[in-house]
Amino acid sequence: MGLEVRNLNFSYGERQILYDISFSVKKGEFLSILGPNGVGKSTLFRCILGLLPGYTGQIVVDGIDRKNLSVREAARHIAYIPQSSNPVFNYSVFDIVLMGRTSTLSSLHSPKAEDIDRCHWALDKFGISHLETRCFHNLSGGERQLVLIARALVQDSQILMLDEPTANLDFGNQIRVLQQVQNLAREGYTIIQTTHNPEQSYMFSDRILAIQNGRILKDGVPEKVLSAENMSSLYGIDVEVLSLYKDKARVCIPKEIIAD
Amino acid sequence: MKSKTASPESIGRRKCLTIIIMFILLIVCILLSFTLGRYPVPLHELCGILLHKAAGLFGIETEVFWTEQMMTAVWNIRLPRVILSVLVGASLAAAGASYQGVFQNPMASPDILGASAGAGFGAALAILFGFSSFSITVFAFTMSLASVALVFWVSRHAKGDRVLGLVLAGIMISSLFQAGTSFIKLVADPNNKLPQITYWLMGSLSGAQWKNVSLAVVPITLGLIPLLLLRWRINVLTMGDDEALAMGVNAGRVRLGIILCSTLVTAAAVSVSGMIGWVGLVIPHMMRRIVGSDYRYLMPASVLGGGIFLMVVDNVSRNAFTSGIPIGILTAFIGAPFFLWLITGRRETHGT
Repeated sequence: MGLEVRNLNFSYGERQILYDISFSVKKGEFLSILGPNGVGKSTLFRCILGLLPGYTGQIVVDGIDRKNLSVREAARHIAYIPQSSNPVFNYSVFDIVLMGRTSTLSSLHSPKAEDIDRCHWALDKFGISHLETRCFHNLSGGERQLVLIARALVQDSQILMLDEPTANLDFGNQIRVLQQVQNLAREGYTIIQTTHNPEQSYMFSDRILAIQNGRILKDGVPEKVLSAENMSSLYGIDVEVLSLYKDKARVCIPKEIIAD
Repeated sequence: MKSKTASPESIGRRKCLTIIIMFILLIVCILLSFTLGRYPVPLHELCGILLHKAAGLFGIETEVFWTEQMMTAVWNIRLPRVILSVLVGASLAAAGASYQGVFQNPMASPDILGASAGAGFGAALAILFGFSSFSITVFAFTMSLASVALVFWVSRHAKGDRVLGLVLAGIMISSLFQAGTSFIKLVADPNNKLPQITYWLMGSLSGAQWKNVSLAVVPITLGLIPLLLLRWRINVLTMGDDEALAMGVNAGRVRLGIILCSTLVTAAAVSVSGMIGWVGLVIPHMMRRIVGSDYRYLMPASVLGGGIFLMVVDNVSRNAFTSGIPIGILTAFIGAPFFLWLITGRRETHGT
């Protein structure tokens, strides 16, 4: 169970983006995908989500090849939490969350009472029930992110994919959202997130996948991946990694800035 | 809305109630419309006639206490016209709401995507060739579909912003078809064909007969039912293709189905009424103010609201002016200022 990617290659026309990517995520594991801009993180992400069908290699979801799953079946396995959602029309928080139930409904039906109960449960779980009748447009970034996670939860799929979930959030909300995500992993959800923050992926995730120029640079536990050598190589700047609180946290310091 | 304690369920119930009230309003307006006109028919006689017709279906005879003229006015003149105005209004509003949803574009309407311009061109062509009214419908529908397909294809290939590309493609394809229509008008016989084309293009329900109603009712029903059934999916599509796919909605296929249904009802409506603008843009926005953006309520509200609106405007058109001003002119006079008021008005901030 979980997700397995085998020998994944992807090209946009002549330009190859991903080279022979293989990794797997176990049930209940929290994986962070780390890497500089433009190395193919989001391409990898989109391949797994089924938004880019033209890949070679295999993506195996809960033991089934992704290509053999219909759009609806795939949604029962993998849920997507976008970085930010900006609906053109003004929906209430509750309606947004209710949309997550769509894959469980037959195609001509609208949500039923049990779907509504499920949404109440999800909103309650994140302590945002008080927002249910508010407009999604008027929420803060942190609240929006929690609503989108709640929407993914009611989809009843075990794999949650988060695209830079903390990119638009203030420091406090980044931590709050990541704590919630970590709790979900402990409950047995499989979590895959892309991120630009090595320190937070060290603190919260079980494993880090570092991607450079479309290839896997390192794949392993945070303690192994988050080293000065790896970070310097990954981001192309001289990085010093300091260990704090008996190695419960690590910070990355750009050496050049503090050199003199 | 105002009270913080309102639950999603109670808001949903309130919206259902709004829709039921709109339905009752529609029935009341239909009945009142029968009594309006140059030949007065009192409500009492009207009910008698309707009851007589309904009872006649079951072979029951009722007492006749009205004149033959009343019967003709109600049954052969007013009833088909009222039914047609409701059908056309409902179709245009539902198509507009659907287009806005699936293209994630609040400015989309049957006019903007070229469906009406295409239908107008097809109808003008059919009139030019002297075809029957059935062929006019078929031509209008075919060209309407071709026009929307072309707009969609062009916007997919347009660089940059998708929403902008769509609107631009719609404007371009529409003007292309309008140029074609202008050319047809140029070459059409100015004594009989040209006035027919011109009058058709202005949009009017004054020629409404049972024949037209029976022609329009089938495609409109066939199109409206899937739109109403798919209304929850339209909600999901408004979130964008990536999110819709991840939530298990086959965005491309569902969008295509909704476009086909919307084009079907638009073409059917335009082919029996001519070009009636603004209903498809203004009514969905008006309904968003009343029941919110959720298509579960917005779609039925648009169907009812469009029907009520066009029927009321048509009543004005046939009663307030002795010559019977074409309804397309009236909807533009009402729709454009109303839309300006909508976009300049206070932004909605409450959660509905």
